Amino acid sequence: MSLAIQAEGLVKRFGETVALNGVDLRVPTGKVVGVLGPNGAGKTTAVRILATLLQPDSGHATVGGYDVVRDPVRVRSLIGLTGQYASVDEDLSGNENLVLIGRLLGLSRPAAKARAAGLLEQFELTEAAGRAAKTYSGGMRRRLDLAASLVGHPQVLYLDEPTTGLDPHARNEVWAVIRRLVADGATVLLTTQYLDEADQLADSITVIDHGRVVAEGRADELKRRVGGQTMLVRPTALSDMDIVERILADLTGVNPVRDNDTGLLTAPVSDPVLLSTMVRKLDDAGITADELALRLPSLDEVFLALTGKPAEEVAV
Amino acid sequence: MTAAVLAPPRHISPAKAAQHGFSLAWRGILKIRKNPEQLIDVTIQPILFLVLFVYLFGGAVAGSTGAYLQNLAPGLLVQNTIMASLSAGVALNTDVSKGVFDRFRSMPIARSAPLVGAVLADIVRYLVAIAVLLITATIMGFRIHTDPGSVLVAVAVLVVAGLCFCWIAVFVGMLVSNPGSVQGIMIAFIFPLTFGSNVFVPSNTMPGWLHAWSDISPVSLLADAIRGLLVGGEVGGPLLGALAWMAGVVLVFFPLAMRAYRRRVG
Repeated sequence: MSLAIQAEGLVKRFGETVALNGVDLRVPTGKVVGVLGPNGAGKTTAVRILATLLQPDSGHATVGGYDVVRDPVRVRSLIGLTGQYASVDEDLSGNENLVLIGRLLGLSRPAAKARAAGLLEQFELTEAAGRAAKTYSGGMRRRLDLAASLVGHPQVLYLDEPTTGLDPHARNEVWAVIRRLVADGATVLLTTQYLDEADQLADSITVIDHGRVVAEGRADELKRRVGGQTMLVRPTALSDMDIVERILADLTGVNPVRDNDTGLLTAPVSDPVLLSTMVRKLDDAGITADELALRLPSLDEVFLALTGKPAEEVAV
Repeated sequence: MTAAVLAPPRHISPAKAAQHGFSLAWRGILKIRKNPEQLIDVTIQPILFLVLFVYLFGGAVAGSTGAYLQNLAPGLLVQNTIMASLSAGVALNTDVSKGVFDRFRSMPIARSAPLVGAVLADIVRYLVAIAVLLITATIMGFRIHTDPGSVLVAVAVLVVAGLCFCWIAVFVGMLVSNPGSVQGIMIAFIFPLTFGSNVFVPSNTMPGWLHAWSDISPVSLLADAIRGLLVGGEVGGPLLGALAWMAGVVLVFFPLAMRAYRRRVG
């Protein structure tokens, strides 16, 4: 298996803040690796180092076999960068932006125009091609960003939070585009703070938090790693939630996730036998439950278990 | 085993770098065309100056508005070009804080390309500024007394002066945090520089110290050279002095600007 991106022990400090504290990343050629983490976990710093925009304080990384520090020009000729930071010129039209990038990449004027027209068509932007990018909707803007990063036929694509701030409809549009790219065999490094995005698009997921990799694997592996199953309890009376929370905590040794709106309490369990223990304990306490079950944990729970923070708190 | 795919080049050749600069200059010119209002400071403002000074002070300073205009218009061309030269600094300062700059930096293009592009695009601003001022002055009664060749030389001298002075603004632009500060700092510098010269009034009415400075000021020397080239008079002496100043500015501020630029964009 050849690796398109290989990073080892990346460290980056900004003054007192340690943005990356020894991050390893491996992205096999032709695969999509999702880097998942809360705001400020170091995702963007990692991408900026791999895109040669920042130099690591220590550690090293190669893209397509070229070192990002020693051979930045070669790395740049292999990559396409898109997302919340790499962007387009808002004053120029969609078409002018793409032609400019084509020209910068050494295409002749006719070739740059043809490439721009093709990409605008592919990303359904032909109608808006002549309008200034600043008049585009959020979803169109991201599609233009994506198109801009594809002008040079990059071997490796960085998508840095490609759907952050988009409404669900626009997010679906961008996902559809990314799926098409992946189907065409692109190697993609995707950063996201949305679990479902990583789950939907990535072949494997690297979870980072506070500048460290806290877990990696396929989505189902990660789910299994967090103690296999999750116990759900919904007491009939909301006033019983405190007691049930304590019982569940005693039983599993973990602080349960509490949803005060739905009255649902969840906690990972390692042993399915605990379900019958739970039934008995609720009986003893004279508490009835509307719902009591075991299921595979959601990625949200995985996230909580790995980072100690619920995902909702993170994705503001 | 032979390499099936040619490795991408490791460095950007100077020819490629120039091409990148030209492509980004094209971007700058497109942006001027889309937002012509960004030319206001080099079009409307000098026209106001021209009208205001000629009709308000012309009689007092030179005895007649017509005589004053012949003296003022070439000087205003100089002031205007120096004003126009701050825009490269503003444009770069605006650019580096934007996402599009990260895109440029993530592409296999010369690091200097955005800088070269901004400076080259400014030539268009200089030319527009010169044309607008010359046409307005002509409508008001300004007359060129030399030949077309001299006029071309005057325009060339002005453009080259702009290209030399712009490095001060680029340097400031790479040091301060926002475009407004670049403008503020540069205007606080350009106003005393251009008013403390023979552009608006003859130096011999000034107090001694200012008179002394005005005589060697790059603005006075340039204004004298342009006067010579447009309405007649001595050209060589003032032009040499002006060229010496321009070379000095480039020698000092080009390396400073490049260093600040490299530091800013990494």
